[in-house]
Amino acid sequence: MKNSETSNEMPVPVNGKSHLGPVIVNDMVIRFANVNGTGSASANNLFAKSIFRMGIPVSPKNIFPSNIQGLPTWYEVRISDKGYLGRREGIDLMVSINPQSMLKDVASVREGGYFIYDNTKPLHSDFFREGIHFLGIPMTRLTMEHFQDPRGRLLYKNIIYVGALTALLNMDEEVVRDIIREQFKKKEKLIPNNLLALELGVKYAREHFDCPLPIRVEKRDYVQNSILVDGNTACGLGAIYAGATVAAWYPITPSTSVVNAFEKYAKRLRATPEGKMKVAVVQAEDELAAIGMVIGASWNGARSFTATSGPGVSLMNEFLGLAYFAEIPAVLIDVQRGGPSTGMPTRTQQSDLILAAYASHGDTKHVLLFPSTPTECFDMTAEAFDLAERLQTPIMVMTDLDLGMNEHMTAPFSWDDKKRYDRGKVLSAEDLDNLKEFGRYLDVDGDGITYRTIPGVHPDKGSFFTRGTSRDEYARYTEEGAPYQRNMDRLVRKWHTAKGLVPKPEFYQHKTESNFGMIFFGTSTYAALEALDLLQAEGHGIDAMRIKSFPFTEEVERFIDDHEIVFVIEQNRDAQMRSLLINELEINPKKLIRILHYDGFPITADTIARQIQKGILVS
Amino acid sequence: MSYQRPVFRHPSLSKNEVGFTRADYEGAISTLCAGCGHDSISGSIAQACYEMSIEPHRLAKLSGIGCSSKTPTYFLGKSHGFNSVHGRMPSVATGALLANKDLIYLGVSGDGDTASIGMGQFVHAVRRNLNMVYIVMNNGCYGLTKGQDSATADAGSINKSGSANPFQAIDLVGLGLELGATFVARSFSGDKTQLVPLIKAAISHPGFALIDVLSPCVTFNNNPGSTKSYDFVRAHMEATATVDFVPEKKEITVDYDEGTSRRLKLHDGSYIQLQKLADNWDPMDRDSALVALNEARAKNEILTGLLYVQPESRNLHGLLNTVDTPLNELKEEDLCPGAATLDSINQGFR
Repeated sequence: MKNSETSNEMPVPVNGKSHLGPVIVNDMVIRFANVNGTGSASANNLFAKSIFRMGIPVSPKNIFPSNIQGLPTWYEVRISDKGYLGRREGIDLMVSINPQSMLKDVASVREGGYFIYDNTKPLHSDFFREGIHFLGIPMTRLTMEHFQDPRGRLLYKNIIYVGALTALLNMDEEVVRDIIREQFKKKEKLIPNNLLALELGVKYAREHFDCPLPIRVEKRDYVQNSILVDGNTACGLGAIYAGATVAAWYPITPSTSVVNAFEKYAKRLRATPEGKMKVAVVQAEDELAAIGMVIGASWNGARSFTATSGPGVSLMNEFLGLAYFAEIPAVLIDVQRGGPSTGMPTRTQQSDLILAAYASHGDTKHVLLFPSTPTECFDMTAEAFDLAERLQTPIMVMTDLDLGMNEHMTAPFSWDDKKRYDRGKVLSAEDLDNLKEFGRYLDVDGDGITYRTIPGVHPDKGSFFTRGTSRDEYARYTEEGAPYQRNMDRLVRKWHTAKGLVPKPEFYQHKTESNFGMIFFGTSTYAALEALDLLQAEGHGIDAMRIKSFPFTEEVERFIDDHEIVFVIEQNRDAQMRSLLINELEINPKKLIRILHYDGFPITADTIARQIQKGILVS
Repeated sequence: MSYQRPVFRHPSLSKNEVGFTRADYEGAISTLCAGCGHDSISGSIAQACYEMSIEPHRLAKLSGIGCSSKTPTYFLGKSHGFNSVHGRMPSVATGALLANKDLIYLGVSGDGDTASIGMGQFVHAVRRNLNMVYIVMNNGCYGLTKGQDSATADAGSINKSGSANPFQAIDLVGLGLELGATFVARSFSGDKTQLVPLIKAAISHPGFALIDVLSPCVTFNNNPGSTKSYDFVRAHMEATATVDFVPEKKEITVDYDEGTSRRLKLHDGSYIQLQKLADNWDPMDRDSALVALNEARAKNEILTGLLYVQPESRNLHGLLNTVDTPLNELKEEDLCPGAATLDSINQGFR
């Protein structure tokens, strides 16, 4: 047995001389292949955070299965001096811990790249591949020699490879140690063992390989005051700052951590000294009930929200139609995932656009916001509450799994203490006393937004009947055609008012510099901006615009008018944003070229640049 | 269409403690069929609220979809109302209640709205012990779509087209008892002397109060052979006891027979006075209520009256441990942690 293993063993570089190559600093992709549920997440996070603390722009991404324990999971870290935070093709270094996926993992390393594995047992020759460097570290043996309890051995193995990377990539060891001490601040007992595991990895790598490798990191100050945080945390925190007092939700990947974060911050920031809560969080029986509760609470004057994903939005359609028609504020965070149906629950997509934009039967339209960074998740969630109350309608914040569940380097959250919540047109008892007549659906100001009252406001003025049935200006049920149509037309007027209130697009490069324009939104932004540079290097200057909201503002229309060909980049199969643009702005479809990516992984700059180059050649 | 009543009121009409006449508790003119049981229930609700001197604006009425759910338009015209979507009133009520725990919430639903499309939300409203009155106007059929059997139609009950319902009925009070509802009652739209005090007691109860009210559909389910017709219900009703509601402030002057009567003190200090108690039934013993219900069913009787009450319980706000101030009255200063706190939060992400 032993003999046959030995005969299958492939050559392993002993002194590291065989991994010479060109020196590459702060520009690499490192992927960790782990088994779900083995504690690798915190070790991988330790690695990414260390790079971040060294002042180097970093973008970590979890590629995880719909599973709690046992299936393969990956963590991919892009390190980029230039600040490119999108995914990049080609893996420079693979840390392979999972035998299940090893064959694929070996194959995915770029030519000349590095493959770190556990050589406690020799690697079978099947896994050997020419053209990449194999760096064996006896992780299991080291844990067996130094640690006693089995769970600890499993966990410290992860820290050992972080130690090895620290030496191989020339990371600042002290920075890594600091983060370990912070991570275990509340479980101090664990600090010495973690530091030991780190040191074992560092030492082994230094003794057996030429450290650092040609791909390596160097300290920078490019991170400045940025923070590293995920979008769901940002949304939850945004809802706290916006004054949400009622959250109703039903657990669904990838949105669950939005309400988790909200609840966590509420316990910290919304509890009285006696422990009473200035907030109510209800885990509903399903998504229908979740949005129903949000609507009930908003109708009754509390700021309220829910967080869900595509399947949840499908279920919420009925209530979204009610909120649109009865004009009740509501905030919904849609953390999009791969559809249709159950689809790819743990993969990312931007494929709920049409579902959300026209949710529910009859003539309905909904206001959507498209954040592209955690900072915008915070800002736009807060803004959604103002818009919902100003416009008395549901506002959906369209994030996605990539934005929601991955940490992103982003500008720090900020809040203007002088800013007041916009509670919209709500009449107080005093207002009602001074008012000649109250009609819940009377368009007094001509902007399509009417005045509402909150139940209990006045002993005998301002009460009305909220209903999903047609009604007149005084909220009385009617089946007459004229008042019904007046009401529907007023809702269109309100939609036009919304165009002046929603966030305007952002432009990159100077407008009308080129005949070609590029439109993107949400998490496609990172890759799109990098693609702009790639195309520029090829001699293609392209104007770019990032859409931040639906309805589309005037600027969006003008940008499309100003360019002959406009590439629309999105992460879905059916070019849903393009469809919305064509439908809402009556654009000639030939003018809008689809640039699509929908395999469930975050879009890359290479994908965009390749497709656009092809598009330019064709046109 | 909804037709409003004239606002003129005769000056000699007597007023209650908060200065409203009985007419002030009415709503728009009903568009339900003449003789509909639901209109009688609307009348009982108005009567109960008038007699309890509830300020109309301190009560919110909520409903789903169906004949029953139309009724909130026809009572308490000075209260805010919310006619939501089919079977989803409980979730809207939950949200409203979370926003402001100080209003009285009156949910009106039907047998289709509760026992079929809304079953999921109904059971969870019970489970959360919402502080609300939940009235089911139960006629065993879908009136608004012309009389199809509903899930509360008894097996064997003959509908208007002459066919017998083959399926088992869902008994909402039995379900409520099983689910842990803290106030469970059944009544009949034609029996105001029983229904009005039950509604008052339900309003005084600080948790989920279910009243399943048999309310015959004169148009589609009042025929011979139907077990939800006026004649059938009248002939088969058997009350657990007669019910009186005694408000907190009122002194009890009448003497009741020991042994056959029982006085239950509610959380707000008011009383439910029960007389002629059924044998082997204790209104505060859930199991005895279930036994009584099953025995009545075996005898082909419809058990009405108060079935069970648990005067002290933690309702949703208690369970969530919310502050005493209604959440919708909290000010920006109470809610927004401010820029300085945000800076320290940012620091945790570096």
